[in-house]
Amino acid sequence: MSEGILDTEHSKAIKNLLFRMADDELILGHRNSEWTGLGPILEEDIAFSSMAQDKLGHAQALYNILNSMGEKDADTLAFTRNEKNFYCCHFVEYPIRDYDFSLMRHFLFDTSEAIRFDMLTKSSLEPLANLAKKVRGELKYHTMHANIWINQLGKATDESNIRMQAALNECYPLALGIFEKSDYENILIEAGVFDGEELLQKVWTDIVSEILEKANLKIPVINESGLSTLSFGGRKGYHTEYLQPLLDEMTEVYSIDPSAEW
Amino acid sequence: MKSDSQKNSTIKSLDPRVTRADIPNDEKLTIETPPLDQWQTYEVFHQIKKGDHHTHVGSVHAANPELAFLMAKEQYGRRGKCVNIWVVKTADVFTVDYDYADMYENNSEKMYKEAGGYKVMEKINKYKKEHKKEIEELKK
Repeated sequence: MSEGILDTEHSKAIKNLLFRMADDELILGHRNSEWTGLGPILEEDIAFSSMAQDKLGHAQALYNILNSMGEKDADTLAFTRNEKNFYCCHFVEYPIRDYDFSLMRHFLFDTSEAIRFDMLTKSSLEPLANLAKKVRGELKYHTMHANIWINQLGKATDESNIRMQAALNECYPLALGIFEKSDYENILIEAGVFDGEELLQKVWTDIVSEILEKANLKIPVINESGLSTLSFGGRKGYHTEYLQPLLDEMTEVYSIDPSAEW
Repeated sequence: MKSDSQKNSTIKSLDPRVTRADIPNDEKLTIETPPLDQWQTYEVFHQIKKGDHHTHVGSVHAANPELAFLMAKEQYGRRGKCVNIWVVKTADVFTVDYDYADMYENNSEKMYKEAGGYKVMEKINKYKKEHKKEIEELKK
């Protein structure tokens, strides 16, 4: 993020929110697209890839808003920043692992994404409110997809339940990193741009708890002291060891010829 | 003349014509299929706009109807217009095979059975669509 001297605290706060959201979408979209061609069955492969593509679309739309606020264009923002200038949470950076991990991450992240965009439909930042309304239908499918799979695999067989529980144990503490607050939290709330991470987390906790309980899955007990470095820091530009290799791979083609037309 | 044991194995009905037909009652109407080595298939029907017929577009593999719907939405409902999707277990679709195609063979000769009105309606609608502007002009 280029913090221009001319940026007011207000616009810095908005840009920070947009970067956090866009970077989450871009990185998780890229991660989930790694399943393309490798999905468990053809139909699910297509569905998961298609949702990954939606995420890249959301990232692009958010970068476009940043562009209209004086930042560089979407491609430049996506492909030329280094790790330190990314504001995604750690959760989205982790490799895809087995499908249980990816599916659980998809459930926990997309639920938060759907609630966040739902809150943003009332944002005082008009382009963001418009985008939030536009993606509502897409996200309805994403959460439906996640909820049905979680319910199915939580209850199908002993093996599927054990695997989903193990994935939940691993994913849940990481997912809390989604709600890491920035320094601009109060400015965003006061300006009516976004009602804040705290409220988002509260609503999210209620919703995921209900779905997990129905699926015979238990939310793990969180050890707060071990949580800080594992889950948090992403919003301040501190990342896991997995982000830089992802960025290297993602920008490989772009770096060869940044001016190429696609 | 059939033996008694043969007669016992035919369908007895209140309708004497059915009884006389000597239909063996061990004949199964359902077709035995070997157990599946993968998920069953569901047939997918999509609807382009509210009120239209649902049209068959293909099939998907899935473990249950909910998952079949999830898959169908992405396979057949993510491009072009769509407002609704049905999924139906393929095994629930009853049909007979093409050996019976001759049942329909003489259809084209039976003009008297055709509902010609529908065809005319199609023509009228097509004309209306093609001449939308002129018709609107006339209405003014």
